[in-house]
Amino acid sequence: MRIKSQADFYSGVMFTAIGAAFAVGATTYNIGDGARMGPGYFPLMLGILLALLGAAVMFQSLVVETVDGDPIGKWAWKPLFFVIAANLAFGVLLGGLPSIGVPAMGMIIAIYALTIISSLAGEHFKLRDVLVLSTILAAGSYVAFIWALKLQIQVWPTFISG
Amino acid sequence: MELFHNLAIGFGVAFTFTNLLYCLVGCILGTLIGVLPGIGPVATIAMLLPATYALPPVSALIMLAGIYYGAQYGGSTTAILVNLPGESSSVVTCIDGYQMARQGRAGPALAAAGLGSFFAGCVGTLILAAFAPPLTELAFKFGPAEYFSLMVLGLIGAVVLASGSLLKAVAMIVLGLLLGIVGTDVNSGVARFSFDIPELTDGIGFVVIAMGVFGYGEIIGNLSQPDEEREVFTSEVKGLFPTKDDFKRMAPAVLRGTALGSALGILPGGGALLASFAAYALEKKIRMRPGEVPFGKGNIRGVASPESANNAGAQTSFIPLLTLGIPPNAVMALMVGAMTIHNIQPGPQVMTSNPELFWGLIASMWIGNAMLIILNLPLIGMWIKLLTVPYKFLFPAIVLFCAIGVYSTNNNTFDVWMVAAFGFIGYLFIKLRTEPAPLLLGFILGPMMEENLRRALLLSRGAWSVFVTRPLSAGLLVAAALLLGIVLLPAIKAKREEAFVEE
Repeated sequence: MRIKSQADFYSGVMFTAIGAAFAVGATTYNIGDGARMGPGYFPLMLGILLALLGAAVMFQSLVVETVDGDPIGKWAWKPLFFVIAANLAFGVLLGGLPSIGVPAMGMIIAIYALTIISSLAGEHFKLRDVLVLSTILAAGSYVAFIWALKLQIQVWPTFISG
Repeated sequence: MELFHNLAIGFGVAFTFTNLLYCLVGCILGTLIGVLPGIGPVATIAMLLPATYALPPVSALIMLAGIYYGAQYGGSTTAILVNLPGESSSVVTCIDGYQMARQGRAGPALAAAGLGSFFAGCVGTLILAAFAPPLTELAFKFGPAEYFSLMVLGLIGAVVLASGSLLKAVAMIVLGLLLGIVGTDVNSGVARFSFDIPELTDGIGFVVIAMGVFGYGEIIGNLSQPDEEREVFTSEVKGLFPTKDDFKRMAPAVLRGTALGSALGILPGGGALLASFAAYALEKKIRMRPGEVPFGKGNIRGVASPESANNAGAQTSFIPLLTLGIPPNAVMALMVGAMTIHNIQPGPQVMTSNPELFWGLIASMWIGNAMLIILNLPLIGMWIKLLTVPYKFLFPAIVLFCAIGVYSTNNNTFDVWMVAAFGFIGYLFIKLRTEPAPLLLGFILGPMMEENLRRALLLSRGAWSVFVTRPLSAGLLVAAALLLGIVLLPAIKAKREEAFVEE
């Protein structure tokens, strides 16, 4: 059988898989009955419902004709990787990660790292521009979040501020 | 008159110097961020939400109201100037607004949007003040069964709004409900789906999902497009105010839009998006005057009416939020999040237990609206300059704001890892063409729905018939069924698609 809408088919697969996972997970909790619902009752119901909906979406994608087959298209691995990596680097540098021995480096360094890494996701990377941008963002964030809003965020590395 | 007495309380609370200042700051920030392409009110509020944590509750909500209006108007500005809708409801504004901008009439279009919104906001405020109390009394008649049915109606309403496949929208809602269940079960204390991660026993943060799916997902999606030039309209905006002729056409359109928007906003799940589409459809049905520009070619009615409807709907959608505690759309869901952070449980009791807050909020909505007009009409030229910031500088800044925003909610890096995961999921949603807005609604309503379902069935000793034997609940379920039926009708379905395809 030919898939008539690729995007729909795989979203159906996703819904069914997630629904089934939730439903199976829910069975490890006490289900109870209608009058005395256990913690597993509602998730089990919803999980089954989601799995059924996913199946319906899959069925539809096999039956209903679309113009161009609704392809998912190429994955944009580059932006995906760099945006997520920038975010993770920000978290690691800001809070530190004792399990791999990275000390907390504070907000300013984390902002530079985030800006540089996320800029790699774009098409044209010019280090000078990116450094200017990170400096502006770091200064702006300091003024907005630390000075004006007084958020409790560590600004400098632990070994400097102590 | 009680109405004026109440409004007086509200203005008394809101009209302090500090609150006005917060409102102004919120308005400025909201507009500044909302005017950025691709960032709608949801993302703006999510981003600026942490900024309000440190404030007292009234000031925080007033600032949020300012942010909300700023973001909404900022979104319309982008829609008109560069044909980029920052949110789904400004899609309609794009159709005729951008055409007007191309003809050098961006000024009148922006002014029409602003003035129409302001008028609609004034009417919406009055409606909110006049009808919130009676609706609140109705809310006290609501038992768990009614709440559950009302939420079903609200969720079905959300489905109507999604532009793509209905089935997928329903599935996204259910997925959202499931995500909302993650965390400690309030009844039994069992940590569900937390995989023994201590942070997950508190549930997944709303901001984490909103930022990840909307912020990161969108950015990755945008960057994946080939490096085509964004069509930015940088030419000077000439002539700020509409002509006399424009006003003559605008005025009735604004009135119609306001009436329609106010009515739709009251329905839970209705809200701004449905309002603007309905208003545009209505304007198209009304006969043209001789010499009028056709729709889709820069008709000022096509801007004024949906924008008014949008704003009126946004204003009256506070009624279900404040009186029933049910967020009618994703923006309102964020507001609920903001309120709970300040230890305010939205619902009928807010009005009696916290009248200053309630009426203060209503007054501040109006102030925010007025502030917006004062702020924006003279500054249109400046907003356009912001749009000339190249995307390659814009997106790292957005990534940064998302990351800082998420971190500062709990001062915990775990949320930063979570937002990375949801960023990936958001991109997956884009690839699979599933719309994330219904998911957010489901996520907010999930725990409430479970709670009310449990209570209702506990009271009825497990008999599901309780949902149809109680008249109010049955009525709501019938309304939900009707709503679903309407959407499923092929004729309306075609209309819906037509409205979205239109350029």
